[in-house]
Amino acid sequence: MAPSPDEVEVGTTVPGQTFTIRRADLVRYAGASGDFNVIHWNERVAKSVGLPDVIAHGMYTMALAARVVTDWAGDPGRVVDYGVRFTRPVPVPDDDRGAEVEVTGVVGAVLDGDRVRVDLTATHAGQKVLGRAQAVVQL
Amino acid sequence: MPIDPSYAGRTYPPTEPYEVGIEKIREFADAIGDPNPAYRDREAAKALGHPDVIAPPTFAFVLTFRASRALVDDPELGIDYSRVVHGEQRFEHTRPIRAGDALTVTVTLETVRSAGGHDMLTSRSDVVTVEGEHVAAVRSTLVVRGEG
Repeated sequence: MAPSPDEVEVGTTVPGQTFTIRRADLVRYAGASGDFNVIHWNERVAKSVGLPDVIAHGMYTMALAARVVTDWAGDPGRVVDYGVRFTRPVPVPDDDRGAEVEVTGVVGAVLDGDRVRVDLTATHAGQKVLGRAQAVVQL
Repeated sequence: MPIDPSYAGRTYPPTEPYEVGIEKIREFADAIGDPNPAYRDREAAKALGHPDVIAPPTFAFVLTFRASRALVDDPELGIDYSRVVHGEQRFEHTRPIRAGDALTVTVTLETVRSAGGHDMLTSRSDVVTVEGEHVAAVRSTLVVRGEG
């Protein structure tokens, strides 16, 4: 169920979630999205261009973070605007533990027309991986 | 060589229509690990007021990533793709993408700027149905890292 405009104000918390990214997730996302850039699945190539390891697609991290908003909104079609900056890569090790990304959200602004802006924070190993991550939800 | 800022404003021809299928939406939802029934089940999507299954907010990337090849491969821009990193991404939806849509993408290079030895190219991809209904404007900033 979508939150009612009456119960949402600046500072309202949007429930956070923690996601685990494993190599297999990147392979699946590459196939589904069509982004087969080798730095997302080939450690040898990733390291040869100066990366610490295979890194997650920024778009994959962006999609995971959106989940916090779509779950809160009830109807994912209510997310009318969603933007991020990719500030830091998420290295994904070749093990079964993978890499964790924690996403939290808070209502940063109440806009006209029963819309609100949700500000997201996504961190990996204590550091932000997305900047200015904001989603506008039509309540 | 920095990319000439005068290339800003150029628009590439619309892509051939991309037909959005329910199985592709389900595949994409599986790939992002999202069990939301609005992405999978027609009745669940209809209960939310949508005519058919809808796609996740970032699904348009499947179309715009393909369409952006026109810009990335533009010989006049001369982008070295091995130096490209994704800087920013934004999706503004007029309405959600849904199964049954036939969508074209028109890519426009909006701005070109250089800073700190890097080139930043921001493109706008307009996603429109073959009937002419605007569905989404997708902005992407690519950073072409300078050499050395």
